[in-house]
Amino acid sequence: MITKRIIPCLDVKDGRVVKGVNFKDLNDVSSPVELAAYYSSAGADELVFYDITASAEGRKLFTDILRSVAESIFIPLTVGGGINSLDDFDRVLKCGADKVSVNSGAIRNPSIIGEAARRYGDQCVVLSADVKRVDGEFRVFARGGREDTGMEAISWIKRCVDNGAGEVVVNSIDTDGVKGGFDIEMLKAVCDAVNVPVIASGGAGCAADFTELFREIPDIDAGLAASIFHFGTVDIRELKEELKQNNIPVRL
Amino acid sequence: MIGVIDYGVGNLFSLCSSLKYIGAEVRVTSDPEEIRSADKLILPGVGAFEDAMKKLCEKKLDGVLKEEAAAGKDIMGICLGMQMLFEKSFEYGEHEGLGLLKGNVVPMEGRLPEELKIPHIGWNRLIKKGDHRLLGNTGDDAFVYFVHSYYVEDCDDSLLAVTEYGREITAAVALDNVMGCQFHPEKSGSVGLDILRAFCGEEELK
Repeated sequence: MITKRIIPCLDVKDGRVVKGVNFKDLNDVSSPVELAAYYSSAGADELVFYDITASAEGRKLFTDILRSVAESIFIPLTVGGGINSLDDFDRVLKCGADKVSVNSGAIRNPSIIGEAARRYGDQCVVLSADVKRVDGEFRVFARGGREDTGMEAISWIKRCVDNGAGEVVVNSIDTDGVKGGFDIEMLKAVCDAVNVPVIASGGAGCAADFTELFREIPDIDAGLAASIFHFGTVDIRELKEELKQNNIPVRL
Repeated sequence: MIGVIDYGVGNLFSLCSSLKYIGAEVRVTSDPEEIRSADKLILPGVGAFEDAMKKLCEKKLDGVLKEEAAAGKDIMGICLGMQMLFEKSFEYGEHEGLGLLKGNVVPMEGRLPEELKIPHIGWNRLIKKGDHRLLGNTGDDAFVYFVHSYYVEDCDDSLLAVTEYGREITAAVALDNVMGCQFHPEKSGSVGLDILRAFCGEEELK
């Protein structure tokens, strides 16, 4: 029986891990290499690194950091942020990433998903979608959640999976940073639409939110969060113990 | 020295990092002489079976690997590299493997309960079915990381461990000096590092 994955997400800017509330007001938390090592030993099943740097120097710094993380931590690493071309895939894969997550880059150029899947395999291509309710439908947002693309989210996600995305991260902008629980309704809609692993993101405030997630949506594969792990609100090992007690399969 | 066979398939960064991390001397190579001089060999691999075998044969490494295995050198295949140790694969047609172990590679599609997702991606439990030094450091409740859509069947004489995913799926194999992991030991945390340590053996680790 495959286990449900718990995934801490590290947003990296200028070499440091940051986490914003509703994508604004970023504040510095810690060193990426130290945090990654800590999470790996604490039982994280995978790590996601988002490069939120805009500058070329920042990007170089990010790949250096990625390389040192990948040299010392031996669990799956997913990397996203600033992925717009196959060259970007290549750049992060060479530094030790196992999967590459593409968001705005796929909105600008949807063919990147198929091209990357053919070159590196479906399992390597992760679609990340920032989704928000607008006028009674789920809409895809671009540019870190700042820009409404006008596209309906479920059909967008389906299209990307058909093109070769092997996994989907769904980040609900409506619940992100609120810490009131995952967006069950939105995540259910995505799980019903696709047959690849779906990772829930946005809204976790406590361990019980993960229990609710996996109970309410048996098809969901993983729960992702950032600040509650970085600030120690939720300890990963305790979280997994709690999930196990609730008969949710986890790796302990 | 551990020779990691480089035949242009997949990303060797994590595998090499994990071997260096446990203290092994690593050489990534496609040179037959270097392969012959290595103490032990690892055959990695991701992607499609046919393409990978073709690349291995183009570099004339299939013969070298068969000779080294016959001479008793330790060889471990990882993921697609493990599947290539077997006789045949039915991935998009029918393709011959190295034939170092008895068994065939078959698709999960059509062989698993329909509700299960393919590929099998994530952490799953190892259930031991045999006894071999490869899992000498591994306890009974070990989880490892899988990413695959095909698996090996009819491999009774080398079956070492399975995992449960709608049915029993071959997870590790070993017959004397020829070994394989369907999962990625280099991505399986401390359990995976222990399996790599067991393969390398103390004399290879500084």
